[in-house]
This record gives sequence, C-alpha cells and structure tokens, in this order.
Amino acid sequence: MSSSPVIDVQGVWTRFGEALVHRDIDLVVHRGEMLGLVGGSGSGKTTLLREVVGLLKPTQGEVRLFGKSVVDASPDVQRDLRRRFGMLFQHGALFSALPVFDNIAFPLRELKRLDENLIRELVWMKLAMVELEPAHGRLMPAELSGGMIKRVALARALALEPELLVLDEPTSGLDPDRSENFVKLIRTLQRELNFTVIMVTHDLDTLAGLANRVAAMADQRIVALGTLQEVMAVDHPFVHRFFGGGRGLRAQAAQERAD
Amino acid sequence: MGEPASFTTEIRDGKRVIQLSGAWTLAWLPSPLAELDQQLQALAAEGVSWDLTSMVRLDSAGALLLWRAWGKQWPLAASIPEEHRHVLLRAESVPAATALPLVPAPTAVLGWLEWFGLRVLRAGSHLRDGLSLVGAILLDIFWLFTHPRETPFREFSATLYKSGALALPVTALVGFLIGIVLSYLSSLQLRLFGAETFIVNILGMSIIRELGPVLVAVLVAGRSGSAMTAQIGVMRVTEEIDALATMGVSRTLRLVLPKVMALALAMPLLVVWCSAAGIFGGLLAANIQLDLSWGFFIETLPRSVPLPNLWIGLSKGFVFGLLIGLIACHFGLRIKPNTESLSTKTTSSVVTSITVVILADAVFAIFTRNVGLPL
Repeated sequence: MSSSPVIDVQGVWTRFGEALVHRDIDLVVHRGEMLGLVGGSGSGKTTLLREVVGLLKPTQGEVRLFGKSVVDASPDVQRDLRRRFGMLFQHGALFSALPVFDNIAFPLRELKRLDENLIRELVWMKLAMVELEPAHGRLMPAELSGGMIKRVALARALALEPELLVLDEPTSGLDPDRSENFVKLIRTLQRELNFTVIMVTHDLDTLAGLANRVAAMADQRIVALGTLQEVMAVDHPFVHRFFGGGRGLRAQAAQERAD
Repeated sequence: MGEPASFTTEIRDGKRVIQLSGAWTLAWLPSPLAELDQQLQALAAEGVSWDLTSMVRLDSAGALLLWRAWGKQWPLAASIPEEHRHVLLRAESVPAATALPLVPAPTAVLGWLEWFGLRVLRAGSHLRDGLSLVGAILLDIFWLFTHPRETPFREFSATLYKSGALALPVTALVGFLIGIVLSYLSSLQLRLFGAETFIVNILGMSIIRELGPVLVAVLVAGRSGSAMTAQIGVMRVTEEIDALATMGVSRTLRLVLPKVMALALAMPLLVVWCSAAGIFGGLLAANIQLDLSWGFFIETLPRSVPLPNLWIGLSKGFVFGLLIGLIACHFGLRIKPNTESLSTKTTSSVVTSITVVILADAVFAIFTRNVGLPL
C-alpha cells in the first residue's frame, strides 16, 4: 500500500466545450512530497486540482489517489478516500451558518463514532495547532479576519489528520507578514504530521517557502517539473515570464535561507 | 501503516506492562470506541506501566484517548518514543472539556422573561429600522423634486416588468380558478333558495373588493417580495451595496425606492387583471351550472357592484404593493453575511408581508364598511 504514489495522474485530457484545458498530463506525487503547481491565469491549475480531489471528472485519462480511482470507485471506497485528504479552499469555504467550533467539528461528527467530549477536545487541539484560542470557537465565520479564516479552514482541513493536504492559493489575500507566518505554520505542521501537500499558488514566496517540487503549467500541459532551481533553468517563455526579472532569484535566495 | 490499534498485556520483571501496537489514528481505532476506552481506563486505574515503542503512528485522536484514559496526567511508568511524546504533549495542553462551557447556561428561572425581553427588543429594532427606511425614502422623494434627472427610471421599469408583466400569467390562472370554485360552490347554495341571480352580487363583491387584492398580494409577496429580499441580501453579502455607496449612489434611492414604487404601480394593475380573470371564471361556471346568460351577468354586474368597490380594490392594491415592497427591502437590508440569515430573513420577509397585508385588509374593511354597498 505504501508503494503506490499518493497522487497519480495519467494521460489526463480536459475539454470544456471547445476549449482544451489539459492535453495529456501525467503527474505523480509521492508520500511526503510538497508539490507546487504554478501557471498563468487560466492555465488549468485549479482545474487539475479539482480533478485530483474528484470534484471534476477529466474528459479522458485517469486520476488515482492512494492507488484508487477517485471518480469510478464505489461510494464506500470514495468516502474512505475522501477522508484521507483535506482541502483548503481559496476563500476558506467555511460553513457561514456554523460557528468556528462546529466548522472544525463537522468532519469529526460525520465519522459518527466519537463522543462529544472527545470531539470538543480534538477541536481545541486543532485550534491550538493553528495558533488560535478555544474562545475563538464561538465566533462566526463572518466575524473573522482574512488570516483567521485561512487558519480555521486549515484546522478544518486537518481535522481528520489527513495523509494529503490540498491547498488552493493558500496565501492569497494575506499580507506578506501573515502570508509568511501561514507558510511557516503549514511547514511546522507538515513536519509534525508528515502529510503530503499539493498546492496551487501564484505567490513565489509561498512556493519557495513550501514546495520541495514544482510543476509549471503552460500550453495545456506541464512544461517543467522538478526542484525550484531545475524548473527555473527550463527554457520556456512562461518560465521566463514567471520567474524572470529577479523574482525567481529572490525566491530562490529566500528558500536557501529558510533551509 | 495498515494495522489496527491494539494492545497486549505482558509481565516484565514482575510488573504488568501494556504494550500498544498498530496505528493509533482516527482511521485505525476500533469502532465503537467506548469499549477500548473503558479497557484502557480500567488498566490505568490499576497503575500498570505503558510501552509505546511498537506503536506505528499516533495522531491527536489517539493521543487524546490515551491521555483521557491516563486521567489527564503522565503515567508513573511509561516508555514513550520522542515522536509520540510531542503528540501527547499537545494533548496535555488542551483544556478539559468541562472547563470551558461552550454556551453560557441560560438562567432557568428568568428564562422566559429574557426570551420575552429579547422579543420586545427585536420588535422595537424592526420598527425603528422600518421607520428610518420610510424616512429615507421620503427624503429621497423630496430630493428627486429638485433633481428630477436622478430619478431611477431604468430600475423602476425593470422592476415593473419583472414583478408586473411577468406575473400576468400566474395571477390570471389563479384568479380564474378561484372564480370558478367560488361560483360553483355559491351556486349550489343559492339554488336551494331559488336566488340564482344573486351569484352576480356575490362574485362581483367578493372578487373585486376582497379576493382580487388579497390574492394578488399573496402571489406578489411570494414571487417578487422574496426575490427582492434575497437580491438585496446577496448584494449585502457580496459588498455590492457598499460598492454603490462608495460611488455616491444612495442605496435607498437606487435599490429600495424603484422597487417600492414599481410594486405600488404594478399591484393595482395586477388587481384589475386578476379580478377580471376571476369574474370571467365565475361567469363561465355560473353559465354552465346555473344556465345564467352572459348578457344578464354583464348587465347586472355594474348595478350590483357600485363603482366605489373598484376604487377600494385599486387602493388596496396600491397600499399592499407599498407594504410588500417596503417589507421585502427592510428584511433584505437586515440580512447578515451568512447563508442561514439569508434563508431565515427571506422566509420572514414573505410571512411578514402576507400577515401585514391581511392586517391592512382588516383595517380597510373597518374603514370602508359603509362604502360601496348596493342600494
């Protein structure tokens, strides 16, 4: 079981009507890797992410999570599969009708086997993990700042201690300071809980701070795959634009400092 | 990885040692948990020593379970590898579930008083906000007298089309069917007395004066009122109203006023339309059921239903339209940015609209009790 890769994308084509989004994409992510997907706007990064978590079925090809197909498996298998990863949505996607506490308790209660006291202590533990206080549990999502929304959403994504964490623009809408703290938080948690990460990001600092492997998407396919240095060395117009003008070098320097 | 959480008891150097093995994670803990929980607690009470060295994985749920079994303190004798120790340390830092109640307990004795007080305060805030909305609209109207170019004609005509023109089919259908039912039921009774011709009075009076306006009001409240509340609510959630404000556009002038005015105009027109459909339906049923001729019906109608009744019906339509528009916008502006609030406020908007319309109808009935009766 441990031999099969966490994410295995094989020959995926995606078409929306006339528009071709993905052309024969292959991507493998192994346990413990932190893969960052970069690409221009509309290059199909988020679409690929949605296909990985089974929100969208590719036109052609197959996506396997932990060795099992996400969309074709029986409902029971799918449910178990979906409990093995947590997703952090770009805008948090907190349930606006529920307070923070119930948002984090939701996936735990869905298991229907934990007693309420254990759930309560687990939620407080998750809140402490993302550096929030138990008292914050009473707040409604509408009362939270952008940084807190991300933290609560992270706590909810980690509620079941998943083996895979899927991040969609984890630091968008945060100021550089908060963004750096959030990246540090995810790194610390990753070291402790040892999960695999796949993320989509526009932010080079986030990419340098989190990813140990980078995939660059352009022209409907993955044009570069490897470490940040390797990807930056690839000769492709998108790579030049994205990492050009000293941005990439700064990010690289930051990564070296962090390591 | 793939090994369920389990434990074995063995004797080492004359002491009982509990050896925990497998993955102590949410996915691998046995279901139901209570049995394991009790066994662990019983063992902990005996003061055994614990060996966690062959445990494959420990997550927060497993750690909390152990920590709880240990009575929230470190056991006297235990061998815990470093990787598991830090998970347990995190469990140690969690405050006890009983230490922090989630919601403040209500004071049982005065609970009803608090409930009642909250209700009164809420009703008060509704009245205050409603009054300030009416005030803002009146100020907008006065302001428009001096700035006629700012009149929101486009929004006005859009609302008129959406809640007036598009409501024509459904109001006609409902009016027509109610007319048929009313005429059929009344004719059965009237025939007993041989007073068939009075069907014209009953139908004309009830439909033009009462049923037309109230039916249309109920339909419009459900159709347009709810849509207006939801629209304004979503605009609040997505900060569109704030965007309007930053562009110097008054929300009452651009959003509330055209809606209220368009409904106040559309409603009387719909009342005429719906009443006509109702009377036509009644006429059809009377023609079939009582063999009443079309000519007789048309001829008798103006005599048995004097003109003031039409004016009463039209002014009811106008007032109901104003009320529905105001209530819909009032509730829309009170929506908080979450899904729950959106749904409850839309529901209360429709329920309040219909209730207020029927109350207003009763007030009309009292004040017009001597008006429009056939001589």
